[in-house]
Amino acid sequence: MRINVTGVYVDDQHKALRFYTEVLGFVKKTEIPLGEASWLTVVSPDEPHGTELILEPDAHPAVRPFKEALVDDGIPFTSFAVDDVRTECERLRSLGVRFTQEPLAMGPVTTAVFDDTCGNLIQIATAREATG
Amino acid sequence: MVGDVYRALADPTRRTILDELTERDGQTLFEICTRLTMKHGLSSSRQAISQHLEVLEAAGLVRTKREGRYKFHFIETTPLRAVVERWPIDRGEDHR
Repeated sequence: MRINVTGVYVDDQHKALRFYTEVLGFVKKTEIPLGEASWLTVVSPDEPHGTELILEPDAHPAVRPFKEALVDDGIPFTSFAVDDVRTECERLRSLGVRFTQEPLAMGPVTTAVFDDTCGNLIQIATAREATG
Repeated sequence: MVGDVYRALADPTRRTILDELTERDGQTLFEICTRLTMKHGLSSSRQAISQHLEVLEAAGLVRTKREGRYKFHFIETTPLRAVVERWPIDRGEDHR
């Protein structure tokens, strides 16, 4: 058994695809129309055959209250790995991304949390500080 | 109200929360929980931390501010003035 796909619930798939590709830098892997929505996934350009991230519609009535409750407490829905959180934070901020947690170093891990504009907070993490 | 300040400060976890807000003001509940866990090894639940923040807020030592869908916590030191007004730190002429 392998984990080949994971997902985030987004309020608008087209907007999400733009944000996750043009801003975050992922690339579209699959787009299969399924009625009103699509099976829509992106991957990291660093790992084109790696785990896919599905941008899943949040239309189910239980999903939005769940997302809102997480955002209210500042809790990220998922986490992505980056080489250096501070550099990535500056890059994203220059593109207008809103952070709810600035880079926070805790021993060997540094994290930050931003708004994906689709109703989620996302954490980015670096396992070891590049600057040591 | 002032009594609440003393009670609020009597708990070590609540004092640690104020320490962390002094280091960086304006944190989400998630960041506060992360700091308490990762930096201080405190294993309190999110609900427990949330209740500590309510006590601090009731004592006027923490203020929450909503920005759109986000909620941030700020330290508010004004109530501490009541402590030094009651027992002044600098008595002027007494210093020799």
